[in-house]
Amino acid sequence: MKAIGIILAGGNNDGRLGALTEQRASAALPIGSCYRAIDFTLSNMSNSGIGKVAVLTQYNSRSLRDHLTSSKWWDFGRKQGGLFVFTPFTSSTGNDWFRGTADSIYQNMTYLMRSNEEYVVIASGDSVYKMDYRDAVNYHIEKGADITVVYQNMEGRDLSYFGIMQLDEEKRLLGFEEKPEQAQTSSASLGIYIISRKLLIELLQEVVPQGGYGLVKDIIIPFRSRLKIYGYEFKGYWSSIGTGVSDYFATNMDFLKKEVRDIFVRQYPFIETKPKDEPPAKYNAGAEVSDTVVGSGTIFNGKVEHSVIFRKVYTAEDSVVRNSILMEGVKIGKGCVIENAILDKDVVISDGQPVIGKSAQEPIVLKKGTKL
Amino acid sequence: MRKKEMIAMLLAGGQGSRLGILTRKVAKPAVTYGGRFRIIDFPLSNCINSGVDTVGVLTQYQPLRLNQHIGIGIPWDLDKKNGGVTILAPHVKGGDSGEWFMGTANAIYQNIDFIDSNNPEYVLILSGDHIYKMDYSQMLRFHKEKGAAATIAVLEVPMEEASRFGIMNTEEDDKIYEFEEKPANPKSNLASMGIYIFTWSRLREALVEDNAIHADSDFGKHIIPKMLEEGQTLYAYRFRGYWKDVGTIESYWESNMELIKALPEFNLYEDFWKIYTNSDHQPPQYTAPGAKVKESLVSDGSEIYGEVNHSILGPEVVVKAGAVIKDSIIMGGTVIGEGAVIDRCIIDEDCIVGKNVQMGVGENVPNEAKPNIYNTGITVLGTHTSVPDDIVIGKNCVLYGATKAEDFAEGRLESGKSVIREGI
Repeated sequence: MKAIGIILAGGNNDGRLGALTEQRASAALPIGSCYRAIDFTLSNMSNSGIGKVAVLTQYNSRSLRDHLTSSKWWDFGRKQGGLFVFTPFTSSTGNDWFRGTADSIYQNMTYLMRSNEEYVVIASGDSVYKMDYRDAVNYHIEKGADITVVYQNMEGRDLSYFGIMQLDEEKRLLGFEEKPEQAQTSSASLGIYIISRKLLIELLQEVVPQGGYGLVKDIIIPFRSRLKIYGYEFKGYWSSIGTGVSDYFATNMDFLKKEVRDIFVRQYPFIETKPKDEPPAKYNAGAEVSDTVVGSGTIFNGKVEHSVIFRKVYTAEDSVVRNSILMEGVKIGKGCVIENAILDKDVVISDGQPVIGKSAQEPIVLKKGTKL
Repeated sequence: MRKKEMIAMLLAGGQGSRLGILTRKVAKPAVTYGGRFRIIDFPLSNCINSGVDTVGVLTQYQPLRLNQHIGIGIPWDLDKKNGGVTILAPHVKGGDSGEWFMGTANAIYQNIDFIDSNNPEYVLILSGDHIYKMDYSQMLRFHKEKGAAATIAVLEVPMEEASRFGIMNTEEDDKIYEFEEKPANPKSNLASMGIYIFTWSRLREALVEDNAIHADSDFGKHIIPKMLEEGQTLYAYRFRGYWKDVGTIESYWESNMELIKALPEFNLYEDFWKIYTNSDHQPPQYTAPGAKVKESLVSDGSEIYGEVNHSILGPEVVVKAGAVIKDSIIMGGTVIGEGAVIDRCIIDEDCIVGKNVQMGVGENVPNEAKPNIYNTGITVLGTHTSVPDDIVIGKNCVLYGATKAEDFAEGRLESGKSVIREGI
């Protein structure tokens, strides 16, 4: 495809995910028993035929970088194109911590300048969905748009964390409100933008040196009459995990639904992740597992219900895990009861310890490496 | 010139005919093991874990699946600029019409150019038939310490079983003075594991000389006896650990089932000495409400709605509601229909078993066509086989291809019978 990709993976979403993003960017959050959030956008890019992708990181990028040590798993290990990971750097002219989405792209202007592709697909790294960006780019070309913003009709959902778009009959953008208290429409921006590379360069050069650092605040909203900005509706499954712990919890639990698993697990093209080559999950004599997704290398000796279990988890005899997320390497001792809980990586619960959260909306979170 | 201390040559061309229908479409090294692995993953992972980063894989019989699996070696970190994995297939050489690999040593002989191009000091000969974890670098150290021309890895087997193996008769310090293939009255219990380290210059000489005499030049039959006769220094290297030749339907089934034990002798769940494999994607596995899974291994992407007992499931297997699987191996991509009952069966990749099918029912009658292969009660389905709804199938049966209701008189297949539907 004649497009390059930019994945905005900088944020930790103002700490809305608490302990879960204390040590990682939200794009690095584990999802659905074997993925990390950025796998979805990365795979979408690769599966849409985008051969060159930049990941813009900032906040706690270690675990993200660790995940991206090799680009070959997403088929980006190429002579032409490939995967570029950009972090803010110090130079003789100053210490340039990214000041916003537009600024983060502006500071990596060379990436745009040195490309030849006509279009740029910009997407955030913390959403769970499967999309062929080619459809959006074709729409963008057909409409003769300057910028295309991908949105979804989110009627009935909490819209307070989204950018809400007002579109005319032709889908041209009339108004855009960020995180409105009273949403005018239910067309919510998914943070996916299509724009020509040349126009993006021009706009960034115009706006950023004047102190305009946000893509939405300083480009989309003020330029909505001068430029032809169109909305493109995406109707498939889309979920953001960056908005809060309860959304993160719910997105993981969505993998217990057949229709969601079918999208990501059964239907080609697939979502790729860094392979770990663990052996199959092992169900020992005491295992009683139901309504649960399981990562490889896990060993069950106890009861597990309605949960998302990542790789290399161990549950001991007579333990009960209910309505919980257990990340990679979690160990549950004998006779433990775990309910409405998110246990981050390598949490160890010793024999007999209960860990019980209030509800699915307010699960208890134990941070990485906690030993109880 | 490139210089490697030791490179490996992995003989992966064998059919493994005693595995019956399981090797109909794939060479034995490409047969799956332990749910999500293939047999060749073990020697390949052993290589990279031992620091051997240059591997020639010799293919011959049904190489397609093997080639796809190995690719450029990415899963084993064998995609290397200097070395890595190279698939070596039989080929036409200057002036002749080409020839097949006629024996184990002949196969290596035909690839002398490949070995020379790596300029190694030592060559490690492996086969793609065995399940084990082994540090070849320790064996190399032993080889160098002894100043041997060849070192042969051996396993101490029970004396009463020694007559089934190639036996090394050794002096006190494990120097070999005699090799006997399946001796009626064994003098020792040191069985060859088919793993050799040769000092390349010595092996090269022996290969050139022997291939002038024997067109089917073989390590056990020709090269080892020849080197002993010439008085060269050969040592036996004792391996202590799990090693299994999964060459028969029974040993294949048993060795898989051993993995199910709470603490198996062969442990795949430790981080040390990892076994790597190729899988295009590794999605989550799902166990539904109402499913019962006990004493089983279930690979990624599988969806279980029924009951699975004491069994091994490969990737992306679907077990529909009401189905019961017991003491069986179900390989990747297979779908088991509603209400089907599978007892002591091996079902190869991408099969479809219809609703309410019963398999493994009745008397243990050996298979009529191949009694030597199917005689322990295990019924086997070859790859891409489909079985229509409601069929009842006995023990030691073999099914292959898209079978139809008319293949089964009164909806039954008695123990020991086969249905083979050829097609492409």
